[in-house]
Amino acid sequence: MPKPFTPKVVTANALLEGDVIYMTASGWTRDLAEAEVLTDEADADLRLIEAQSQPGSIVGAYLADVTLQDGVPHPTHFREDFRATGPSNYAHGKQETVKEEHF
Amino acid sequence: MYHYTEFDADFLSERNAQFRAQVERRIDGSLTEDEFKPLRLMNGLYLQLHAYMLRVAIPYGTLNSRQMDQLAMIAEKWDKGYGHFTTRQNIQYNWPELRDVPDMLDALAAVNMHAIQTSGNTIRNVTADHFAGAAADEVADPRPVAELIRQWSTDHPEFQFLPRKFKVAVTGAQADRAVIKAHDIGLRIVERDGAIGYEVIVGGGLGRTPMIGKVLYDFVAEEDLLPTLEAIVSVYNLLGRRDNKYKARIKITVHENGIEDIRARVDARYALIRPQFGGVDQQMLARIKADFAAPQFRVADEAPYRNAYQNDPLFRSWADTNLSAHRAPGYAIVSISLKAHGKTPGDASARQMRLMAALAKRYGHDELRISHEQNVILPHVHKSDLPSVFAALRAEGLGTANIGLISDIIACPGMDYCALATARSIPIAQEIATRFDELKLEHEVGPLKIKISGCINACGHHHVGHIGILGLDRAGVENYQITLGGDGTEDATIGTRAGPGFSADEIIPAVERLVLAYLDLRTEPAETFLQTYRRLGMAPFKAALYPEAESKERADAA
Repeated sequence: MPKPFTPKVVTANALLEGDVIYMTASGWTRDLAEAEVLTDEADADLRLIEAQSQPGSIVGAYLADVTLQDGVPHPTHFREDFRATGPSNYAHGKQETVKEEHF
Repeated sequence: MYHYTEFDADFLSERNAQFRAQVERRIDGSLTEDEFKPLRLMNGLYLQLHAYMLRVAIPYGTLNSRQMDQLAMIAEKWDKGYGHFTTRQNIQYNWPELRDVPDMLDALAAVNMHAIQTSGNTIRNVTADHFAGAAADEVADPRPVAELIRQWSTDHPEFQFLPRKFKVAVTGAQADRAVIKAHDIGLRIVERDGAIGYEVIVGGGLGRTPMIGKVLYDFVAEEDLLPTLEAIVSVYNLLGRRDNKYKARIKITVHENGIEDIRARVDARYALIRPQFGGVDQQMLARIKADFAAPQFRVADEAPYRNAYQNDPLFRSWADTNLSAHRAPGYAIVSISLKAHGKTPGDASARQMRLMAALAKRYGHDELRISHEQNVILPHVHKSDLPSVFAALRAEGLGTANIGLISDIIACPGMDYCALATARSIPIAQEIATRFDELKLEHEVGPLKIKISGCINACGHHHVGHIGILGLDRAGVENYQITLGGDGTEDATIGTRAGPGFSADEIIPAVERLVLAYLDLRTEPAETFLQTYRRLGMAPFKAALYPEAESKERADAA
């Protein structure tokens, strides 16, 4: 039996800055909390294809597992946790300045 | 040191202009990522977890103050104000933006530096003994031949698409500080009947299949070295496996075909290509050697050193651990620790880089070295200047007296930065260093090399750590395996896995149990951890690591 589909977000790196980005319903964000959570497999596959068709602004899009806590997505794997936050050796990177802007 | 010729400068300028155009074409959409990726990798530009990463070669680990100052400027202008020195004598910038990279490369070119072939299946940055030109035990300075190899391998048309990456290390001393037996080719300068030549070792490497290199030739005359290297890489280029990435390194080629078969093939290839080397390389080597002439060592009173040593316990502690014997009377080699307890191994801020540059200029004949152990070396300091050097270093957080001790840990970037990592390694190094600093035990423990890798690729050299730690992902949780008894010197040995791995919470106490067990087991303080391990084997250390298994075994036996 196939594994049940678990919630996902589309994530990638921004072409110019290289930093971690997440797909929203209308564009991209640098904050995982604002990402569009995909709960339907066909929908997720479609959104991934849409992301991959934007090579002029993003690099290496893929689907990452999340869990929902109070409706807000959180990473399930520690790798995604570091991507969402920044390095853990000391506070710098994304955790220092989550940029507000969307693009 | 070597200064670029007009040819070098023109080549680099043209190459950087090419890359600038490639970046522009990527940004305007003319190039896809699939097209651009191999181009950026050829120029040392990776895309990591959080950002791009630019890996800059520091050939044979040698820098002058102007170059170090420029590295600081680049860190401040286009990165987050720091750089990370790696286990292959490179510096990595972890946060550049794509648009800025061509400017960074031009800034590097302005001080005779580049990022070419710091990635890809090419001959990578040639590394060397970080005490080169200064060590008391040296037959000859390995840097001139390392520079010749850099020039030969850079943009070598036949070797841009090898089966896999290819790493060369050179030492000029009997004591191996360059881990030459864990490189694709390791070279050791030897003297025979008054003539200089090279012991050529092939097929070493760490990674998922660690191998100690095998001696291909015990003596190759100086003028025959470059054609010999060309023959080896040429044989590997054809014979190396391209069907399986994990079996593509020359260590597997040597292992699968046998050293005799490889030697026969290299001999045949050598016979074919030797006539093409008409001696131009030797003329170039002679010119390069002149660039590496030893500085004019001065003669001065050593009294300031003796006074400080007798009267200042902090200075004495630092001098005892961070100085090494120099070949010139009155001089010492200074190792500057980039391993302050609790900090990231190998990181230096722009301010620290500038200080080290200034000290090199004022006290160190304008020379600096980067070690594969992620520290910075001032190779030529007169002993009378050491108290001033130490005071200046201390003021910038660079006075840690721990070279060769338990907190002088090699750690790869791990999952804090690296896209390939399966677990973190830096925080483990930070916690071990902090813990042993709290215990105030590290000087009592003495020489002990801990090396940590955050994945099987072994950038942290864990296989050759006296204590090696390998971080893995076990069902979505970080897990750390311990190996014991590894050694990266001339007695190179691959460590043995001790048993099941530990969680991130368990690994620090496990290392502590191991080290406390060693203190109980050693015959005298002079017996090092490695010597004790070699004398007693794994059993008592395993008992310390896994006390529950041990007590269960005893209960079962009773």
